[in-house]
Amino acid sequence: MALLDIKGLKTHFTTDAGILQAVDGVDISINRGETLCVVGESGCGKTVTAMSILKLIAMPPGKIVAGEIMFEGRDLVPLTSHELDDIRAKEIGFIFQEPMTSLNPVLTIGEQIAESLRRHEAVTKKQALERTVDMLKLVQIPNAAGRVHHYPHQFSGGMRQRVMIAMALACRPKLVIADEPTTALDVTIQAQILDLLQDMKERFGMAVMLITHAMGVVAETAQRVVVMYAGKVVEEAPVDELFGNPRHPYTQGLIRSIPRIDLDAAHKTRLEAIGGSVPILINPTPGCRFAPRCKYAMSICTEREPRLREIAPGHRMACHLGDAS
Amino acid sequence: MSEPLLRVSNLKKHFPVLGGLLSREIGQVYAVDGVSFTVGRGETLGLVGESGCGKSTTGRCVLRLIEPTSGEVVFDGQSVMGLGGGDLRAMRRNMQLVFQDPFASLNPRMTVGAILAEPFIIHGTVTSPSEREDRVASLLVKVGLKAEHMRRYPHEFSGGQRQRIAIARALTLEPKLIVCDEPVSALDVSIQAQVINLLEDLQAELNLTYLFVAHDLSVVEHISDRVAVMYLGRIVELAKASDLYRNPQHPYTRALLSAVPVPDPKAKRERIRLKGDVPSPMNPPKGCHFHTRCPIAEERCKQTSPELREGSNGHFVACHLA
Amino acid sequence: MAGLTLASPSAEPQRRGYSPWRETWRRYRRHRPAVVSAVLLLLLIAAVVLGPFAWRVSISDMDVVAGLQGPSLAHPFGTDDLGQDILARMIYGGRISLAVGLAAMLVSVFVGTLIGALAGMSRGALGYALMWLTDLFLSLPQLPLLLMLIYLFRDGLKAVFGPEGGIFILIVLVIGGLRWMPVARLVRAQFLSLREKEFVEAARALGASPVRQVVRHILPNALGPVIIAGTIDVAAAIIAESTLSFLGLGFPPDTPTWGRILYDAKDFLDIGPHWALFPGGAIFIAVVAINFIGDGLRDALDARKVI
Repeated sequence: MALLDIKGLKTHFTTDAGILQAVDGVDISINRGETLCVVGESGCGKTVTAMSILKLIAMPPGKIVAGEIMFEGRDLVPLTSHELDDIRAKEIGFIFQEPMTSLNPVLTIGEQIAESLRRHEAVTKKQALERTVDMLKLVQIPNAAGRVHHYPHQFSGGMRQRVMIAMALACRPKLVIADEPTTALDVTIQAQILDLLQDMKERFGMAVMLITHAMGVVAETAQRVVVMYAGKVVEEAPVDELFGNPRHPYTQGLIRSIPRIDLDAAHKTRLEAIGGSVPILINPTPGCRFAPRCKYAMSICTEREPRLREIAPGHRMACHLGDAS
Repeated sequence: MSEPLLRVSNLKKHFPVLGGLLSREIGQVYAVDGVSFTVGRGETLGLVGESGCGKSTTGRCVLRLIEPTSGEVVFDGQSVMGLGGGDLRAMRRNMQLVFQDPFASLNPRMTVGAILAEPFIIHGTVTSPSEREDRVASLLVKVGLKAEHMRRYPHEFSGGQRQRIAIARALTLEPKLIVCDEPVSALDVSIQAQVINLLEDLQAELNLTYLFVAHDLSVVEHISDRVAVMYLGRIVELAKASDLYRNPQHPYTRALLSAVPVPDPKAKRERIRLKGDVPSPMNPPKGCHFHTRCPIAEERCKQTSPELREGSNGHFVACHLA
Repeated sequence: MAGLTLASPSAEPQRRGYSPWRETWRRYRRHRPAVVSAVLLLLLIAAVVLGPFAWRVSISDMDVVAGLQGPSLAHPFGTDDLGQDILARMIYGGRISLAVGLAAMLVSVFVGTLIGALAGMSRGALGYALMWLTDLFLSLPQLPLLLMLIYLFRDGLKAVFGPEGGIFILIVLVIGGLRWMPVARLVRAQFLSLREKEFVEAARALGASPVRQVVRHILPNALGPVIIAGTIDVAAAIIAESTLSFLGLGFPPDTPTWGRILYDAKDFLDIGPHWALFPGGAIFIAVVAINFIGDGLRDALDARKVI
């Protein structure tokens, strides 16, 4: 049984221009101990999907209108925010893109991590502090015993993200959701943080759901990849398969439109851009949502929506192109 | 070799840090600390480095949007440093800037047409309104938009389209040099490629020279002829793009390149992991600025700062050990 | 949160005929009390401007016999102790009260914007000096100063511009001249942030002169908060004028502003409450309506707020 199984999730937002179908029928499952990358551009619904799991979206205007989110066999959708508090941090940890806005600026980082520990586990104040220091050592914060009493603004961006990771992992959750954890960081710091995440995953055996827009990060961290576009999953495959044999035109476009630092021949060849821009998901047109930008679009693509289906073991995609063959 | 279009020598920009009751100067940020490079006509020089390395400040100092503390900038045989008032304004017709954030770089209260016509009005180059409109229309078409878009406001366009408008604005005065400050880093992956391709097409068509400032090493490699790597206000390595990426000499460049995630899950590459963070540019380390994080630093690296020396074939490195 | 950022437009240019002002109007319409208030205020203005053409009763016709009558067909708002028609006096006084509010607002917005803009663009001593001046003005006790200024200059101005004109100019200058400081601070803060914005830097890179940068790029983007502050200022100035008149320091007794009518009525509250009720109500409605309009404008002009 999968650790987390999202089925037919639809999260919509009410705006004054109409209903924004940010996530519109998404199926994603994560197995125990697995690293799954959800990749896509801004507005594709990857963050809203992740936020929906723990109801971290603002409701209203947001609303989960359909679908179920099974975590260890239990549906999280009907739970109240209060009931979810027992699952947040304890079972599912969350790492945000911008650590500065998700850490409380008037509490020391030690207080913040210890608070979450004491909320979920029967530990004394002293034990919580010890565990916190251990956690900070684990995420390689130098002089952890002293730094535990510092405030978030006294840390650099990379160090703050380490603190966030320590906080997310303090209660040993079974699943960690990391939403663009390295996007705000420099490349050398990004490498440190990705290494740390990998290291922590091996140590604690948790599953990781990593949300990113960078194909390079996907290739280096994922075991399995879900590609999202305009609120839907368009392709899903093991990482080698996805990069070796991308089938959906959007996935192909994503991989081919980025300059490659690792290929000599690629230098000064023209990039294959995907034309147009990401659609607004208010009253989307019928058919495939990628059709307006797709160079292979046929007449059926604007008429009928392609279903996500298995084309090879573990490889699913939603495109009419595959139907012909 | 012919005279380069742009020659920057020993450029420095130290920002004062004010503090205390009477806002007295309590220190300085050494944002740019002695940078020298040249850019040839029709060439693209990439300026790459992590945040706080001074690359954007360098770009703005070249245009004198930020007043440099010292150093020399020679553009097309003429010193930019001594210019003032009208001369500086005239000089700016030849050098333009494209910004990182296309949501902040266009005035939300002006139509696209008004934004693009403004340079003609400022410099009095096109006085008839109908001719201005024609010129704006052809600029829009040139960057891949439509003439009728001139009546709309920036708000109505997507990020990629706005960046096209910003590029059109930079082109209005037919400049020779365009400083591109992270022009694609705020854009979605699939849109980045559109803008990069547009910049390359325009360069070929109009014989433009680019100073391309960015933190994304893959993008910089793709678009640049030569690349300069900056660290804490100094250039540590400068070479032809292919040369720099295949044969990096400076330990910082090597680490930087090895940290770039590659979109190939089968690639097994050797990692050089740098420890710690970039030191504050308010009190950079003595000697070589990089020695605190350098895996091969020696005693002399802490004492004397290495000069940027030419090795073979225009490959410059600032390292005692390279 | 993340959900809201998704609502930002990302695709093809959408609606035709979009402009920032039209967008403001669209947002304003969503604030119901503000729309009602705008209608109310327009009616009030229409009444005082067009009223004399419909209600042709003189403000100074006295009929002591018919004094202190309650509302009737002949005198819809009743009469005062001298038998003067209160409706006619209210229409006349409303013109002055609203004009004072508007004019004083224009003075405070003009002075405030000028000083704020100068302080916001200056990078040297001038900016500090102007802000010290602003703080100095803010720390002055307003009411005593107001009274003193009026005592000092009333007669001089009366001699030059006549009793009504002189007092009007004096009151407008005094009220406006003591209310520009919040506007100046607001404008300075806006200028400080806007002048570092990339579109202003772009204008500088294109060779735009400082005046052009201010007029074309900074000022239009700084106007929103100024308009809101100005709206509230109208209400404050109406109240200030009423206060002055109520203290007997405003317009002369034969010039019936709303505040002046209220002042005259205060001694007859027990026998002729209608006399105070109508001007008091008019001030109340005008001030509340203007404040709601200010609220509506705040919502409409604050682009960060997603409605």
